[in-house]
Amino acid sequence: MPGIVGYGAFIPRNRIRSEEIARQWGKDPATIQRGLLLEEKSVPGLDEDTITISVAAGRAALARSGIDPQKVGALYIGSESHPYAVKPSGTVVLEALGLGPDIHVADFEFACKAGTEAMSVALAMVESGRAEYAMGIGADTSQGAPNDALEFSASAGGAAYIFGKTDLLVEVLHTYSYTSDTPDFWRREGEFYPRHGGRFTGEPAYFHHVMSATKGILDRSGHKPSDFRYAVFHMPNGKFPLTAGKKMGFTQAQMEQGWVVNLMGNTYSGSSPTGLAAVLDIADPDDLILITSFGSGAGSDSFILRATDLLPERQGLAPAVRSMLDGPRKYLTYGQYAKLREKIVLNH
Amino acid sequence: MREVAIIGTGMTSFGELWGQSLRGLFVEAALGAMETAGADTLDSIYVGNMSAGLFVGQEHLGPLMADHLGMRGVPATRIESACASGGMAIRSAFFEVASGASDLVLAAGVEKMNDGADVTGVLATASDQEEEVYYGITFPGLYAMIARAHMAAHGTTEEDLSWVSVKAHRNGAKNPKAQFRRVMSLEDVMGSSMVAEPLRLLHCSPVTDGAAAVLLCPLDRAKEFTDRPVKILASGAATSTLSLAQRPDPSHLDVVELSGKRAYEMAGLGPDQIDLAEIHDCFAISEICCVESLGFMEPGKGGEGAREGITDLGGRIPVNVSGGLKSKGHPVGATGVAQAVTVVEQLRGEAGELQVEGARIGMAQNMGGSGASSVVHIFQGA
Repeated sequence: MPGIVGYGAFIPRNRIRSEEIARQWGKDPATIQRGLLLEEKSVPGLDEDTITISVAAGRAALARSGIDPQKVGALYIGSESHPYAVKPSGTVVLEALGLGPDIHVADFEFACKAGTEAMSVALAMVESGRAEYAMGIGADTSQGAPNDALEFSASAGGAAYIFGKTDLLVEVLHTYSYTSDTPDFWRREGEFYPRHGGRFTGEPAYFHHVMSATKGILDRSGHKPSDFRYAVFHMPNGKFPLTAGKKMGFTQAQMEQGWVVNLMGNTYSGSSPTGLAAVLDIADPDDLILITSFGSGAGSDSFILRATDLLPERQGLAPAVRSMLDGPRKYLTYGQYAKLREKIVLNH
Repeated sequence: MREVAIIGTGMTSFGELWGQSLRGLFVEAALGAMETAGADTLDSIYVGNMSAGLFVGQEHLGPLMADHLGMRGVPATRIESACASGGMAIRSAFFEVASGASDLVLAAGVEKMNDGADVTGVLATASDQEEEVYYGITFPGLYAMIARAHMAAHGTTEEDLSWVSVKAHRNGAKNPKAQFRRVMSLEDVMGSSMVAEPLRLLHCSPVTDGAAAVLLCPLDRAKEFTDRPVKILASGAATSTLSLAQRPDPSHLDVVELSGKRAYEMAGLGPDQIDLAEIHDCFAISEICCVESLGFMEPGKGGEGAREGITDLGGRIPVNVSGGLKSKGHPVGATGVAQAVTVVEQLRGEAGELQVEGARIGMAQNMGGSGASSVVHIFQGA
């Protein structure tokens, strides 16, 4: 099977602390931090959106791949915050990255799973021989309604993956998807913020799909949790992925490198892809890696990956995820955050 | 009046049962009660339910449930008294059998709370819309005020409240049908999130789906169905003001005292003769108030019940050996019937690890609102 020839991630510098959001709404910060395991989250600047995040992540992926952008025959962007309802994000991104025009492009949406969906289809395009290289991106400037639990998590960021057949940084060994009609979270046309089914988003939605997909790929591949050096599960909050992983027999040590949610928040379509990028930043050759995404509605994509000898020499060619999480940050007040997220009604 | 016995019980597991519907839960519990008694006909059905209309948009439960149980044609009606709906359904069934009007009467309670409804808002309809809800109060807030009043009047502490929850979880951890089968330490309870001061998360019962059912018949026919009938010695009920503010002493649940007094009088018994009690602990403070109102503890001393082990399994008066509403779960309309199921199992000696040794007389006390309605049943094993 083909594999990953380049990857990259981008996280905006703006941050807001859980404590600041809790204070705004008269909630107890300690309760939020203990319940959701969230310290802070990224916030897009006025000039940052899914397109700019995709471009930044795509550039990093191209830098690590060293390939000619013109050889990328497919570009897919998964997001639930595409800036336009009608008009693709992908066309802007391809121009900025120097791809095309000999290229197939599509925007995907599957709540938080759209990123791994884009990766799956990109992989399939290469595997089928329809494209020499294909790029799949997951990126979001996630929406969460004011004073909703989602406001503590909904953040901004994304990751891009280029798939090819030669000079692999990471082999894709197995893939598996698990999907059902489980309406736990949605945003109707014209609505600004998503709605969710409260606790219905837990057991029947997130846990059922993440665990079914993971068990499915383990059964089909013959692997067991202890075979993996790293495991990444979609991160709607801090608690869910750790709970799901532990229930299936994964350890904290396997999950902590890809568990970026406590500092990044939930970048929706960018969540598990960015967690994977954080893992690839430090993975050693032959490390076995599991990633399982989750998208409300609902479904999960699982991948089993193995790092190659080529990965270590490419890791330093673009910024690491942890360097963006721990690097220069600008902390916002709730007022600044409300302005940047366009929560304040203005006269135009 | 004829003497009445419970001859069959049924109960679903309690929890967030996303895959099960209101009617499916009812049928599972009702069939359980009929099958344990070997009964294949019914004369009448009472469905205890607080608010299926708001939780899942379904009213008119009598015919719906009769039909899905395969009992189309049988008289069936829904009984509502907020969280005391289940207990009141048993009371209605009891009097129908006692009167001689019917022989085989099913009393079942069911609630499907986890289906996307605004649960806090639905529950608040059981408080006074004009005097309470209008001002924004919810049930955790009302019971927090009861707790504060009790603390001020009697020196009850947050630790006293917490021991009630510790005991509930210690018992519930051994109940295979409980929603939260886990032991909680005093530190866990006192460190849990504040909901409405002084009530923390682990002082509050959860949101639960579930159903329970009991089958009643005249005592003189009971042996046709079971070797171990449980006699209903008494049914006592009472009402008080819906609005907490209208009661002379908010730390005293007068409705519980009155319903208990009526049940004791009917049974010809007193609190000292009760071997175990299932009590309406929707919040930890509720159990403390109820054990006082029912005469198990001195007025103002309810906090000592769990703290001193008096209400533990093996204590002087075991309270909520099932785990109570706190650990077993609280599907509001089903709770009163589930309490009766627990007591019947105890009096039949079928409670396994949770068995109260030598239990012969048991009580179930079920309450609606912040203490506006209460129903007490006293049962006697064979």
